[in-house]
Amino acid sequence: MAMGATLFYRRLASPLHATRATVAAMWACALIAATLLSESPMVLGALLIGVLGAGAGAGLGRELARTLRTVSIVAIPIVLVNVLVYHEGLTVFARLGDLGPFGQGDLTLEALVYGAVIALKVGLLMLVTTLAGLAIDPDGLLAVFRRHSFRSALTASLATRMIGVLSADSQRLAEAQRTRPGGSATGARARVRLLSAIVGSSLDRSMDVAATLELRGFAAGRHTGNRAPRRAFSRHDRAFAISAVFMFALALFGRLAGAAPFNAYPLLSMPVSAATLALCVALPVAVLLPFADRRGIEF
Amino acid sequence: MRSAVAFSQVTYAYPESSEAALRGVTLELEQGELCLLAGRSGQGKSTLLRAACGLVPHFHGGTFAGSVSVAGMDTREHPPAQLGAHIGVLQGDSETQLVMSSVRAELALAMESRGHGATAVARAVEEVALALGIDHLLERSTHDLSGGEKQRVALGAALVGRPRVVLLDEPTSQLDPVAGDELIGLLRRLNQEWDTTILLSEHRLERCLSAADRVISLEGGAVVHDGSPSSFLQFAVEHEPSLQTPGAKLFALAGIGPPPVGVKQARASLRREGRLPDEPDPHSVQPASRGDARSQDGAAGPDTDTSGPNPRGAGVRGRLTRRAGGGAVAASALTLHGVWCELPRGPAILRGVDLTIAPGERVALMGRNGAGKSTLLRHAAGLVAPTRGKVERSGRVALLLQNPNDYFLHERVRDELSAEALQRAGLDALAERNPRDLSGGERQRLALAIVADGGETPVVVALDEPTRGMDREAKAQLAEELHRRASEGQAVIVATHDPEFAASCAQRAILLADGRVIADGPAADLLAGGWYFATETARILGGAGGALRPEDGAELLRGARTGEAGSLSGGPEAHPAGDVQGTRGPRQGTNKQSQETPELLIHAAADTHT
Repeated sequence: MAMGATLFYRRLASPLHATRATVAAMWACALIAATLLSESPMVLGALLIGVLGAGAGAGLGRELARTLRTVSIVAIPIVLVNVLVYHEGLTVFARLGDLGPFGQGDLTLEALVYGAVIALKVGLLMLVTTLAGLAIDPDGLLAVFRRHSFRSALTASLATRMIGVLSADSQRLAEAQRTRPGGSATGARARVRLLSAIVGSSLDRSMDVAATLELRGFAAGRHTGNRAPRRAFSRHDRAFAISAVFMFALALFGRLAGAAPFNAYPLLSMPVSAATLALCVALPVAVLLPFADRRGIEF
Repeated sequence: MRSAVAFSQVTYAYPESSEAALRGVTLELEQGELCLLAGRSGQGKSTLLRAACGLVPHFHGGTFAGSVSVAGMDTREHPPAQLGAHIGVLQGDSETQLVMSSVRAELALAMESRGHGATAVARAVEEVALALGIDHLLERSTHDLSGGEKQRVALGAALVGRPRVVLLDEPTSQLDPVAGDELIGLLRRLNQEWDTTILLSEHRLERCLSAADRVISLEGGAVVHDGSPSSFLQFAVEHEPSLQTPGAKLFALAGIGPPPVGVKQARASLRREGRLPDEPDPHSVQPASRGDARSQDGAAGPDTDTSGPNPRGAGVRGRLTRRAGGGAVAASALTLHGVWCELPRGPAILRGVDLTIAPGERVALMGRNGAGKSTLLRHAAGLVAPTRGKVERSGRVALLLQNPNDYFLHERVRDELSAEALQRAGLDALAERNPRDLSGGERQRLALAIVADGGETPVVVALDEPTRGMDREAKAQLAEELHRRASEGQAVIVATHDPEFAASCAQRAILLADGRVIADGPAADLLAGGWYFATETARILGGAGGALRPEDGAELLRGARTGEAGSLSGGPEAHPAGDVQGTRGPRQGTNKQSQETPELLIHAAADTHT
């Protein structure tokens, strides 16, 4: 019984889901590029707001919230490692003494903040990847690649599908173990046995799916790479394409023009100008604007 | 006539198997034939289908002798990928037959793989979707489909290239009676309109026998019968009683011949003999209470007293509801008070279910795919907590989920369960076997023993669709096991799509729809008067006498012949339509149950739970 969050692509009634896969993928790539091009915590924060808003607009708020929990787990070691390894800042807030091969254990505010910025970037990338994975139709995307490499694309598509199937299988197995008297067995040996059962079940599944593919002519190798008839751009295609272009242009401009400067070392420096503020407003607006038009998204 | 499929002296053994799965099979299917494959589990039906599509030996390996020709192509020379252009294959588990993320992509895959142009693919996808009534699913994700929808999409994927031959391996095993009948009807239409040759393997023969032109029966990998459905039934009556349909068994036990192929023929025969009224009232509901105790328990069960405890009914407004009879209400083994299960983002799966199950009671839980049966059992066992309402258990609830393989973690049966428990379950002889190598029935029994006998004795044993892929013999054994447990005081709840199994193991039936209990009463009442949720015996007899099983029906028919039971009519003279409250059938008062079974009420009001 699927009572939790979505684990794989599922068509929902949202503008992003209604957008053709190639455009949606381009939009996600623009978001990733904007994240990579930005250094300022303010701009990254603005992008975070934009991505979370986009998740809500795509009906995937619960899934992004779950990713956010994972991000918080990942962020802590990133910040810790950065603050322990980099000693370049001048504002020391703790002295741990001589740490042998790691030198003097002076923890600096600059390293802490820069670690947080890196964690923010990693978190954003994880959120965008989650959003793209759950909102972009893999079949639509792979249809483009099939013209060039049909089997590779089909294998990728199959792998995408199998994630959901195997995930359901392992949930089922785990549930069956919970119905045993005394509940699921604990201990390393029991876990290994359960894992082995899951792997065995996955192999059985894979054999069945392989047989199905065989019968569907996967091995026939006669795919001609026919191009499907061209489909006109929908309003959502256009909106997300424009959003992607704007996002990328804004982020590139911000980077090249130094609109949102940020330096962590040796001292924290983040001058805020009108350009910085404009960038912080424009980027989330560019991200979120395509979600405002919800016409024609039913399925 | 052209030959669509031809087997010539085919003998085949799987790798590392000393026994042949097929032995000297020779048969020929003509174009446009709808042929049914019959046989008990493990007799070679699936292997024969695999050989027909080339998976045997190309995919599975093994030792192969003889030849198979499909659409003029020798399967030894052409791999399944080439044969697949002429053959569509549908297996029981639709989950493994869907390989793409969306329905449209799924339907298009086979044609794209074979290099058809985009226009041809688009047209074929559209046409097959329209033909199968799945055009509204085209943009849906394959993950989101129900079991019935998945099976239809998988059938669509098999048919999209307009194959000359379609092979189906137990395609209805996961479907509710409605979806199963729809699928069989659909196959018949494809067969008639497209001249498609269909080879169909099925355990529930009564579901599709009347649609078949021919039946091939396998035993030990060899063809033991090949002929018309009526000749097959005669063969089954004489040589392999476990393959008889309930209708054939009914006629055989009643001493009527020849065995009928389907309900229509059976009713015509009975009408000719003056044992069936010409115009039965389809709206009448026959109370079970008048039937004698064996009508529910039969010889299989040790406890022939179906009166049992007098469980309090659902008490759900707006549906067929039990009203407590006079006597004291027995302590309950399981009680659900207004249980709701609401998905965080989605519909409610259970909607205010009130239910009481008494110790020793045997209950069948029925309803369409997605009605909420499995979810109800999960709530009963405490796997899922209700979002609203309360579940009270007087002890442990043992739940056996749908796939017995999910319980097996070891290489040997004896490692799964203690020797004592194995002995109690009658599985000690299998102690050294690998659980996954056991037959379907044995696996089910072992899994049941694991959940029910592996610890504290449960007060309730719940089984979720336990008869999938089982033959009649295995089902009868399971029913016997459930009777034994009930006689020891364990309440038994079985979620099932199989009315025949429900009739053989349950004394009470509950019908769920859209997460609500819409009917709850004696099994003979609920399974006797319907179109879909009714046994073949009940459909043949029009629900007369509340007879569900061939044994009960035969007794009634014998009574009708000698004039003992009077008319078999379930008509208005017995109890006017729409008014079943307090009704008593023609044999009322003939046993204890008639006095103790709670009466039935029908309320027209809708459920007011919110």
